[in-house]
Amino acid sequence: MKVLSKAITSISLILFISLSAFATGDKKESQSTHGDPVNTPEEINEYIQHHVRDSHDFHMFSYFSDGEEHHVGFPLPVILWGENGLSAFMSSAFHHDDNGKEVVEKGDSKFVKLHGKIYELNAGATEVNFDEHHHPVNASTPFDLSITKSVFGILLIGLLMLLWFGGLAKQYKTKKVPTGFGRVLEPLVLYVRDEIAKPNIGPKYRKFTGYLMTVFFFIWILNLMGLTPFGFNVTGQLAVTAALALITLVVYLFSSNGHFWSHQLWMPGVPYFLRPLLAIIELAGTLIIKPFSLMVRLFANITAGHIVVMSLIAIGITMQEQMTAVGSTLLSFVLSLFITLIEVLVAFLQAYIFTMLSALFIGMAVEEPEHH
Amino acid sequence: MDQLLDNFSLDLFVKQTILFLVLIFLLVKFAWKPILNALNDREEGIKDALDSAEKAKLEMENLQADNNKLLKEARAEREAMLKEARDLKNKMIEDAKGEAQAEAAKLVAQAQASIESEKKAAIADLKSQVANLSIDIAEKVVQGELSNKGKQEKLVESLLGDATLN
Repeated sequence: MKVLSKAITSISLILFISLSAFATGDKKESQSTHGDPVNTPEEINEYIQHHVRDSHDFHMFSYFSDGEEHHVGFPLPVILWGENGLSAFMSSAFHHDDNGKEVVEKGDSKFVKLHGKIYELNAGATEVNFDEHHHPVNASTPFDLSITKSVFGILLIGLLMLLWFGGLAKQYKTKKVPTGFGRVLEPLVLYVRDEIAKPNIGPKYRKFTGYLMTVFFFIWILNLMGLTPFGFNVTGQLAVTAALALITLVVYLFSSNGHFWSHQLWMPGVPYFLRPLLAIIELAGTLIIKPFSLMVRLFANITAGHIVVMSLIAIGITMQEQMTAVGSTLLSFVLSLFITLIEVLVAFLQAYIFTMLSALFIGMAVEEPEHH
Repeated sequence: MDQLLDNFSLDLFVKQTILFLVLIFLLVKFAWKPILNALNDREEGIKDALDSAEKAKLEMENLQADNNKLLKEARAEREAMLKEARDLKNKMIEDAKGEAQAEAAKLVAQAQASIESEKKAAIADLKSQVANLSIDIAEKVVQGELSNKGKQEKLVESLLGDATLN
């Protein structure tokens, strides 16, 4: 843990230095020229909003030189299922345009990117038209199978997990005690099994441990990835947490037994006239509230963490007038360092809570009636 | 709420669901199952080893107790054998002693008996010799005495004197 937090600290340091470097660089030019990427509070706000969302290219940072904006990052493949079937191209085709100006023609289809979303122009249209709410009127949304930044993160972590834990599994074939990195992973696996799966599910824990392990490590590693300056915010995507919560819901619904449903629908030991009311409450809890709370808790915690860290880093830019460059940089450094350390804890905590609650819900569903 | 809904991307939801299900499947197949099995096996192995060690300890203790018992028994047996031998020896000595004594007594008795009989024989012999001798003496004396008339009369007189006294 110590080594990890050290790594995170150094990473946040790099992040901070890169950002503050561009803050001071901006200051010199912003007096004379306009068009810098992030300088005013509104721009910072937009930048943060942009970062928190998914995107079609892997953008790490931008800088200005010679009055031109340079982006550092790499493009990701865009795969779309539109009116004319499948089309694929690299996201660099949009040239970092996010306002629907750059039209990409692929076969018979024309695509534009607007606020992180890709639209397919209707047949015959050559540019996108907007209504008064700035919604496109002459475009449809194709099904987006692109490897977006989040999907890239998911694939990367999936491969990493397969590599790590597959390697650990292979080690057990030849020896009883793993060596090297496996020695780090084994206690974590044992921790999830003994502290999360066993106490919350009970004797039937074995069947669900695979799912709980996958969820735990997936969330934890992605949460930690989110703290690096690569700009991943996978577990802060509502769609991702919704999918995770939905899978937990499906797992505990499909493994539930008669005892669970009898308690859900006709609670024993309660006056009869209260039982239908309780059934409604219990059903709402099981089907809606539990997965919803899982989904929102993870999403909100991670998104909030990202926003807070970036806002604190932004102090270095926004408070320069009141505190001078050195003062604001120092303040933002101290605060963001502190919050980043807390975020390391939150990264683990949220993975633990999600897995623990999933295990608890599964445990409730598979609990056998007690014999008196 | 609008922003939340705006943040929600159905495309990403579908991609995440599919990718995550594939990830679960692959990890369960290639990682969790072998890892958990190996861990279980290892834990059971450790448990078995501990159990068997405990069992071996108990067995050792039993064996030691057995050994002690055997040793004690052997010692007792030796003691008993020694005692028996000693008893036998004593008895033999006693027997021998008794027998010797009896034999001695018998010998003594025999000796005494033979001495007695010898004595008796000797006495009888002596008696007969004394009798013969006295008869001879008496003959000689009587011959001597009777050769003289006076003396014969004297003797008769004394003998008659004695007879009257009786």
